[in-house]
Amino acid sequence: MDYLNALVAFLNFVFVPGLAYGAQLAIGALGVTLIYGILRFSNFAHGDTMAFGTAMTIIGTNALLAVGITFGPLPTALLALPFGIGATILLVLFTDWLVYKFYRDQKAKPVILVIVSMGVMFVMNGVVRFIIGVRDIRFADGERFLITAREFKDMTGLREGLAIKTTQAITVVVAIIAMALLFWFLNKTRTGKSMRAFSDNEDLALLSGINPDWVVKVTWMIVAALATTAGVLYGLDKSFKAFTYFQLLLPIFAAAIVGGLGNPLGAIAGGFVIAFSEVTITYAWKKVLVYLMPESLEPDGLVQLMSTDYKFAVSFAILIIVLLFKPTGLFKGQSV
Amino acid sequence: MNPAVKNTLLFGFVGVLLILTGIVQGWNSALFILNMGLVSAILALGVNLQWGFAGLFNIGVMGFVALGGLAAVLVGMPPVGEAWAAGGLQVFAGLGLGVATVVGAVFLRKKLTGRAKTLGTVAMLIIGFYVYRAVFDAGVAAVEAVNPALTGNLGGINIFGPHRDANDMLLPDYFILLAWPMGGLLAAGAAWIIGKTALGLRSDYLAIATLGIAEIIIAVMKNEDWLARGVKNVNGLPRPVPYEVTLQNDPGFVARAASFGMDPVTASTIYTKLCYSVLFATVLLILLWLAQKALNSPWGRMMRAIRDNEVAAEAMGKNVTARHLQIFILGSAICGIAGAMMTTLDGQLTPTSYQPLRFTFLIWVMVIVGGSGNNFGSVLGGLLIWWLWVQVEPLGLWLMNLATSGMADGSALKEHMIESAAHMRLLTMGVVLLLVLRFSPRGLIPER
Repeated sequence: MDYLNALVAFLNFVFVPGLAYGAQLAIGALGVTLIYGILRFSNFAHGDTMAFGTAMTIIGTNALLAVGITFGPLPTALLALPFGIGATILLVLFTDWLVYKFYRDQKAKPVILVIVSMGVMFVMNGVVRFIIGVRDIRFADGERFLITAREFKDMTGLREGLAIKTTQAITVVVAIIAMALLFWFLNKTRTGKSMRAFSDNEDLALLSGINPDWVVKVTWMIVAALATTAGVLYGLDKSFKAFTYFQLLLPIFAAAIVGGLGNPLGAIAGGFVIAFSEVTITYAWKKVLVYLMPESLEPDGLVQLMSTDYKFAVSFAILIIVLLFKPTGLFKGQSV
Repeated sequence: MNPAVKNTLLFGFVGVLLILTGIVQGWNSALFILNMGLVSAILALGVNLQWGFAGLFNIGVMGFVALGGLAAVLVGMPPVGEAWAAGGLQVFAGLGLGVATVVGAVFLRKKLTGRAKTLGTVAMLIIGFYVYRAVFDAGVAAVEAVNPALTGNLGGINIFGPHRDANDMLLPDYFILLAWPMGGLLAAGAAWIIGKTALGLRSDYLAIATLGIAEIIIAVMKNEDWLARGVKNVNGLPRPVPYEVTLQNDPGFVARAASFGMDPVTASTIYTKLCYSVLFATVLLILLWLAQKALNSPWGRMMRAIRDNEVAAEAMGKNVTARHLQIFILGSAICGIAGAMMTTLDGQLTPTSYQPLRFTFLIWVMVIVGGSGNNFGSVLGGLLIWWLWVQVEPLGLWLMNLATSGMADGSALKEHMIESAAHMRLLTMGVVLLLVLRFSPRGLIPER
């Protein structure tokens, strides 16, 4: 038995990847949940908003690299991130003015807005493909690893290595900063408070003189920033491909719903719940178990509950279980 | 303008589009668009049944289409005897054990109380899972080991095998027509399970749930090689219409083609496609007739009453949940039929080709543009949007060439713009959907 090696193997293959993926999902789900809380519809275009923000950041990165600016050991994309966020803010504000505003003024049913967001999804998907194509793009530069498996082994003398990619560390740090900023904004500033009031009770908020147009505008800006950040972090960690971002919609929605739609804290919790369940259920546990079991009991197979291709099934099963037993999500969300 | 004239004109317009396509791009392309358009129209009918009649927001259409495709393989392909002998029964025994585990767990949950309830259920699930995996995995391994390059799956139920004439030419195999109703049944079964769990949810949740289930169905079809070879695809499905090669070797057919002044190759491809068109149009007309009957029956009125005001309908003693389940199953079954037809037309099953944008959201564009709640609208939307979907690419390329004609050859912008013409489809579909939702939210042929 070798608990230390088992722990390191667990950290390396389950905990660290799960943490990074969970942070990415959480920031994505925060965007979905804010839209749902303030504008009261499920935004199907969110995945493609993320893709647009990432595409813009990639263009910004390439421009910076072309003039010879890099961010030292960190990915240059972080420097280009503000540009990506700015471009995405312009896009979503323009979309809101051109498309969503009309239905909001009409007080259309939420399901109509969902269908409208499907149309926006098509257009944004097309625009992203138009701008940057459908290829797989890797745009992470700088140091690849904070610590490599070999360095860790040399350092500790253990058999298992613990590799931490720079992108994983950045993901977690940026996610913490983004969440802290968001909660500070929602809880401490006047605009943030009026957003929460608007989300809790629209009529009462209007009665107390809150300007709905301003609230909606600020919401879109925050959502654009969150979506771009989530998209860039995911793209740095894995790679950018327009179609993958569309597929991220499912785990992101699962995270937001599991946490309770409309509840920002729930979105974060939901993101980690979904990410860790996906990773633990599709991970081949043999590598960890060999250290924990006596040799005679060592497992023959990979001890993998499900193959990796079924990760959708995992997020979905959790979604259904939560909906059946706790329809408003783990944290109390809104139900319309 | 009275509605009948307007509708006739709209359908006439689609007809003109198809004829123009035939004249400009050749009749083969026109018939290809028509055939897939007919299938799309059937899909749109199914979605319209759920959304237009009952207001159910199902965005898992792709999953039901894929199940229909699976049915085409399971019905049309010959069984692989060796694989059945190696582990066929074991695979099904494993699946049986899996189902028994779930049923057992539900049973224990009902019968036991207190702490024994939780412990018993969890123990049942864990033990059941390992027993199921042990039996099932061994069976799957045995099946997939049988000639993996060619089969590696259990095959279908078509024991009559390929039919050949005296010259060893392939003849049509009408057995595969059975796959169409089977595809409907398979989709209906899946819809029943999904509906039982998800239909009680709010519309947004139902949407996410169906979206997820469609992805899971595709994941299963990609990974369970013993079923339909997964990503290795199944090729060479039998066809219910004459084969081109067979026709080209038939002196009678060649003579008839010559009398129309056509060469045998073109004539045979057009003839085969026409046969499909007739088959598909027949199915479409039958389903359209049934859907019209349903819409104008007391049942249809009840459905619309439930859609417009669930609470009032419930107060009138209507069982809303049961009616929703019913129409969800019916609509999904239609999608399953269309899916089987599509795979039959393609002659192959490629699980990787199922993309939600193409098989779910595009169908939604058809329904909304055509006019939700109106069956004729759905059919029109199916035909028109499919035509647009195919033609946007050449049209986009033409536009791009026109727009860039002033630029110098070899400039990066020009190349980029011409390259991106291929991505015009999604953009156009989104714009069409948004324009219709904004300026004509009830669609081209509104509900009456």
